[in-house]
Amino acid sequence: MLRPRVIPVLLLKNTGLVKSVKFKNHRYVGDPINAIKIFNDKEVDELIFLDIDASKNNTPPNFELISQIASECFMPVCYGGGITKLDQIEKILKLGIEKIAINTQNLKDSNFIKKASNLFGSSTIVVSIDINKNFLGNYSIYSHSLKKNYKNIFDFIKKIEDDGAGEILINSIYNDGIMKGYDFSLVKKISMNSKIPVIACGGASSIQDFRDVIKSNASAAAAGSFFVFHGPHKAVLISYPNEEELNYICS
Amino acid sequence: MIQIIDYGLGNTGSIYNMLKKIGVKSEIVDNPLKLNDGSKYILPGVGSFDNGIKLLKNNNWIEKLNELIILKKNPILGICLGMQLMTKSSEEGIKPGLSWIDAKVIKFSFKDNNLKIPHMGWNNINPKKSKLFYELNNQSRFYHVHSFYVSLSDHSFEIASTNYGKEFTSAFNKENIYGVQFHPEKSHKHGMQLLSNFSKI
Repeated sequence: MLRPRVIPVLLLKNTGLVKSVKFKNHRYVGDPINAIKIFNDKEVDELIFLDIDASKNNTPPNFELISQIASECFMPVCYGGGITKLDQIEKILKLGIEKIAINTQNLKDSNFIKKASNLFGSSTIVVSIDINKNFLGNYSIYSHSLKKNYKNIFDFIKKIEDDGAGEILINSIYNDGIMKGYDFSLVKKISMNSKIPVIACGGASSIQDFRDVIKSNASAAAAGSFFVFHGPHKAVLISYPNEEELNYICS
Repeated sequence: MIQIIDYGLGNTGSIYNMLKKIGVKSEIVDNPLKLNDGSKYILPGVGSFDNGIKLLKNNNWIEKLNELIILKKNPILGICLGMQLMTKSSEEGIKPGLSWIDAKVIKFSFKDNNLKIPHMGWNNINPKKSKLFYELNNQSRFYHVHSFYVSLSDHSFEIASTNYGKEFTSAFNKENIYGVQFHPEKSHKHGMQLLSNFSKI
């Protein structure tokens, strides 16, 4: 049986790992290679690395760091951050990364996903979107790099599906780092309207949240804080659900 | 020595990294003239069928591979698209495949919207008796990611199946030729066991 995935999302800033709250207040949580070694031992389903500075600062991906990451990972890995060109994708795949997350470049060039999925296959291309909610409760896609809002989420998702995206990673900005549960109704609405797998991220605080988000039709439950912090004072400690917990999440 | 075929498509780096981890000597080879008789080979692949065949053809891999695999019977393992390229044709494209095994590649199609395509994630396999699956069993989980699967004309070549909406062939073996749909190089200890098994064939 296909088991829904539980995926740590690790944020890269310079060459370290950080964790944010609502995409701000980044706190250093450790060294990526050390984290990977722990996640290898725990036989994690998959890892997502997002370089949060690359697109904002208009810098290309840090290929040397990606190469180090790839050489330690014996599980599927997705990398995102700073990708503007197709040949950068080719280079990263060669290093041993399987999936590429595209966020800003998709908003800048509406043909990019189509070109990338044609060349590298749908399953390689993950479209990452950051979702905002205003005081009226209306959702929009927000780009931190471009400082722009995009209103119609469902038209947007339909287009990236038609363009050949293999997965959608949805990050709820308003839930990021606060550990109060996912936005389950939004996840459900997006998953029901989508033919491709949806990875939900933002707000996870417990094993129960993972289970509930899978029940909300997400194909994968992703989180940041949950996997790197421990206890009420948020001490840095890397963890991952054990076999029994994973079975419960998927039951 | 395992030679990993770098024809322009595929995660050669991941395979090299895992073989290194389990202490199996390997090299990434970007030119068919560098393929040696007496080696084992891995044909990886992430991408589209026609593009894969085009790259194999344009860079003169096919003739050399036919000599080493079909005539000289050196072992080869195709992974994901690499497995699919060994068949006769694919619904994903119009070009003929390598035709090392009588099979065609078919796209998943489900009425149930909960069965997403691609089939992506960890799924246990149902292996049959094969050297490739030594010490592995139906609890062994492998990472799958694909929208197409191999449909064999002769099912006796099937050495493992996976269930996703239905039971499909996730590994085959015909003489010295092995193909797996899933990604051992990304499947933790189960993948390490499988690659170690292949290195001992």
